[in-house]
Order: sequence, then C-alpha cells, then structure tokens
Amino acid sequence: MPMTRFLSSEFFHNYKRSASAIIGSTLMLLFAFAVIAGPFLVAQNPYDIAALDLMDSYKPPIWLEGGDPRFPLGTDGQGRDVWASILYGARISVFIGLVAMVASCTIGTLLGLIAGFYGGIIDSVIMRIADIQLSFPSILIALFLMSAVGTGVDKVLIALTAVGWVVYARTVRGSTLSEIEKEYVQAARVAGLPNSKIIRKHVLPNVLTPLIVIGTIQVGTFVLIEASLSFLGVGVPITQPSLGLLIKNGFDVLFSGLWWTSVFPGFAIMMLVFGINLFGDFLRDELNPRLK
Amino acid sequence: MLGYLLKRLIQMTLVLWVVSVIVFMMMSFTGDPVFMVVPIDATDAEIAQARRLLGLDQSILVQYWKFLTNLLQGDFGYSYVFRQPAMTLILERMPATVEMVLVAMVLAIVVAIPLGVYSGANHNGRMSRTIMAGSLLGISLPGFWVGMVLIYVFAVSWGIFPSSGRGDTAEFLGLRISLLTWDGWHHIILPAVTLSLGTMAILLRMTRAGMMEVGRQDFMKFARAKGATRRDVLYKHGLKNALIPVVTIFGLQLGDLIAFATITETIFSWPGMGKLLIDSIYRADRPVIVVYLMLVALIFVVINFLVDIVYTLIDPRITLK
Repeated sequence: MPMTRFLSSEFFHNYKRSASAIIGSTLMLLFAFAVIAGPFLVAQNPYDIAALDLMDSYKPPIWLEGGDPRFPLGTDGQGRDVWASILYGARISVFIGLVAMVASCTIGTLLGLIAGFYGGIIDSVIMRIADIQLSFPSILIALFLMSAVGTGVDKVLIALTAVGWVVYARTVRGSTLSEIEKEYVQAARVAGLPNSKIIRKHVLPNVLTPLIVIGTIQVGTFVLIEASLSFLGVGVPITQPSLGLLIKNGFDVLFSGLWWTSVFPGFAIMMLVFGINLFGDFLRDELNPRLK
Repeated sequence: MLGYLLKRLIQMTLVLWVVSVIVFMMMSFTGDPVFMVVPIDATDAEIAQARRLLGLDQSILVQYWKFLTNLLQGDFGYSYVFRQPAMTLILERMPATVEMVLVAMVLAIVVAIPLGVYSGANHNGRMSRTIMAGSLLGISLPGFWVGMVLIYVFAVSWGIFPSSGRGDTAEFLGLRISLLTWDGWHHIILPAVTLSLGTMAILLRMTRAGMMEVGRQDFMKFARAKGATRRDVLYKHGLKNALIPVVTIFGLQLGDLIAFATITETIFSWPGMGKLLIDSIYRADRPVIVVYLMLVALIFVVINFLVDIVYTLIDPRITLK
C-alpha cells in the first residue's frame, strides 16, 4: 500500500514533528480550498454588477459600528464584499503564480539540460543571458517588461516567466554537468542510446529534486511580484483584480480612514506567501541530503 | 590583478551594451510616443513634423545608432513631458532615492546582523525560533502593503509621522539632503522602515545560516578553548567568516532596494528617481525610462564589481582571476 508506506516514511515522520511544516501546509491547503471553492462560499459575485448595491458601499467590518452581517470584512466603494473580493482575487493571484512557475520551470529546465548536456556555444549563450539577468532584480525586469507591453494577465505571465526561468536553468545545468560524468550516463552512451533519450530518461529524473523546493518558493515570489506590479498599475487589468490590485484600489481611500478594503487583501497575500515559505523551508531541509 | 580589472571592465561594458540594445528594442516596439508630444488636435502634418524632430521617422537601426552615439557623448535625450534633459531630471532626484536606500540599508544591517548572530549561535532556542519565524514573515510581506499599514497607523490614525513627501532639505555640496534636517528625518523614517524589512529578513537569515555553518568548525572551538570571551568568539572569529555569503547577498540586496524604492517612493510620494520612473511609465516618457534603466544598470554592474573586490578583502584565500 503506497499510503501506509508514506505514513511510515521518514518524510512524514519529520513532517509530523515540524510545527512550521504543519502550519505552512495547512495555510496552503486552506488557500487551495478557497481558490477552488471560493465562488460557492460567498453569496455575492463581486464581478457581477447586478449583484452590487451602492447603498452597501464602504460598510466597515462587522465588529465595528455600522457593520453589516452580510459583509464580514466590510465593503468597498461599489458595495463589493471585501471577503468575496479576496476569494475571487486569490484565484487570480494563485493562478498567475502557479502557471508562471510551471512555465518558468519547463523552459528553465529545458534550457538548463541543453546547456549542461551539450556545452559549448549554446551553453555560453544561455548562461551569459542568465548572468546578465541575475544581476538585475526580478521586480525591475518585470516592471520594465510590463511597462513595454501593457497590462493583462497573459502579459504578467510572460513577464514572470521571462524573469523566472533563470534559476531553474542554472540549477539544472549544474546538476546535469555532474550527472553526465556519472557511470550510468556513460553506460547509456556506450549502449548507443540517442542523446534525446539519455536526457529524458536518465538525466532529467536525477536533476528534478532541487526544483521542487525552488518551484514551491517561487510561487510565493511570483504572487508578491504580481501584486507589486498590479499595485503600480502595470499588472492585471481592472476587470480581473488580483489581491495586489485590490490593495491598490483600497490605497486610494486609505486616507479617508477606510482601511479594510486594502488591509485585508494584503493580509491574505501575507498568509498565502508565509504558508508557502514555511512549507518550502521544510522541504528544503528534507530534500537536501547535505543537511542530514 | 590588472588583467582581472581589464577583463571585468570589458565584461561590464558588454553587459551595458546588451542592456542598451534590449532596452532600446523594447521601447521601440511599443507605443508611439509622438502622441505624447503633439497636442490632441494636431494635424497630420504637425504629427509628421514632430516625428521627424524626434527622429522617429528613421529606421530602427539608424535610431539605435543615434541613441548609442548620443549616449556615449553624454547626451541622453529630452523628456517628452518635462522638456528637460532626461539625465538632469534623474540626477536631480537621485539624492532622494540614494538617501532613502542608505537609511534602509543601515537599518537592515543594524537589526539583522546582531539578531542573525544571536539566533545562529543559539539556533535551537525559543527566542531564535521566534526571530526566524519573524524573518520568514518579513520575506512574505508585500512591501507596499507594509508601507500602507504604516501610513494608516502612524500618519492617518496617530498623526506622528507625515504620510508623504520629503520635508525640508539642506544644501550640501550642491545636493539637497534630507538627512541634515530634523524634518527630513521625520519624513524619511516610514519609507525607510518599509523599504528595509525585506532586506532585513534576508540578511538575518543569511547571517544565521553562516554562523551555524561556522560554529561547527575547529577554529571556533579553539577560540573558545583559549578562553576568548563569548562576544569575541562570535563577532571576531565567527561573524568575520560567516560574512562572505552575506556580502554576496548584500550586493544583490542593494540592487533590490533600488528596485523596490520605486514602489516605496510611489506610496510615500517620495520625490526620488523611482517615482519618476513610475510616473514616466504612465506617461510613456520614453527617454526618461531609458536613462533610468541605463543608469540603474550601470549602478548594478558597479555594485557587483565592488562586491567581488570586497570578497578578497574579507577572505584573503579568494584570488581574482
């Protein structure tokens, strides 16, 4: 039974004893649930203009005077339920983080494998691009790309992928270089397997482990970068407000004391990224044989 | 050493050249800046004339060549919006950004290094775990959101700190400096704290990891055995050796601070070059964006170079080739 094997594994044993791993994964599961079931958890669809009533605008959270039990975290200027906006916004933030991570990982791994396996000029070109890119902060590159191409979920995905592939390419190239020296790859070569098959069947499975950690943490980084871009007005469009854009919209009324429209979405980002980082830290300690 | 310097210089020039090509290409393929310059009711002839004046009617290669030669002659073009040299605009605002970044950096170091040393030396203690959880939270926070919460609490609710602007400045060597006036300090605290949190958390974690690594080594045992005080063991023997990875991160963090300053400046209406960049992006003020990016690229390349030099000063075992 694979399940009993998992339950008695060292990984699960350490997981049970690590408070940060349990908190981190619980937060991640909560967000996964919120993202999938979000629309069924709230009565109001914040994108449906017919469901909004201006009479409900700027209601404070329920524990404050004037709070309305229909809107636990208050409402914004259009009478939009902040809690519902957060659930819908989290979907966009998490979607962008996940998709951009998968795209970065795929492209980066591919380029890293090619660079490491074939070496030579391809290797130099890919790695020099990576070097140049790494000497600039990701947020600045993303900001620059977005300023050139304009807003949109697809464009955010492209910008994040353009920033994100480098770390995979570097890691995979490094491990590929050490793997191809090993005997099993030499043996596969002697056996006359084509390069593409050696890369896919022999090298790839052996360079994947460190990517799990990078990928986990990168989702959090991407959520933060996307939020920053949207906050600056060069991220997602107004029709698809992510958590970052919700904060931006809330910022405009912060000085009138209407803090709940911006503070709660920010809190949601914090919890999401904190959960990812907690779990990512645990994974790093578990998957890094040097630390054991 | 001389050979190394020369090699690095060539590399740095190459990087800057690549950046100039990329920046120029991206800017050229997006939007038409002519409409930023001409009035809304401009005739076709006027638009064509403006295009000619801006040199936008020529081919991309000619435009790039002109851009590059102008760049090398110190002519960085005029802002479409301000009608002033883009370089002047940015240089005017640079002191504001630099001082905010410096205050943030100092704040980060002053808090992060002692806490990092402490939690590295007592890495299983309750206090150390709390510090680590706090630092992880620091990494997970959206920086701009922290700034907003600070504004709400300290400026809107309590009114202790101003929410925006730079306050009074004093002239020093021809530069306007906030740090020379009380009002300037009053204004800089919230933005600098906001900016420093992320860097603080990362420096703390690096210092802690370095201290834990170093703590296992024999020279630390020896220092303890010969009776050096705990303080000396940790700071003179431990920290010095733990600093090498921290210095690498330090360089990268300085770059990150400059980048995140754009966001912090936007929130606090801090009149620095980062806010100018964001404003220029909104207005499609191409020359300013290009100059900003080229200047920042230059700064980053120089920082990376300095970091490599600093390595050799901290660790004589490293030689530059």
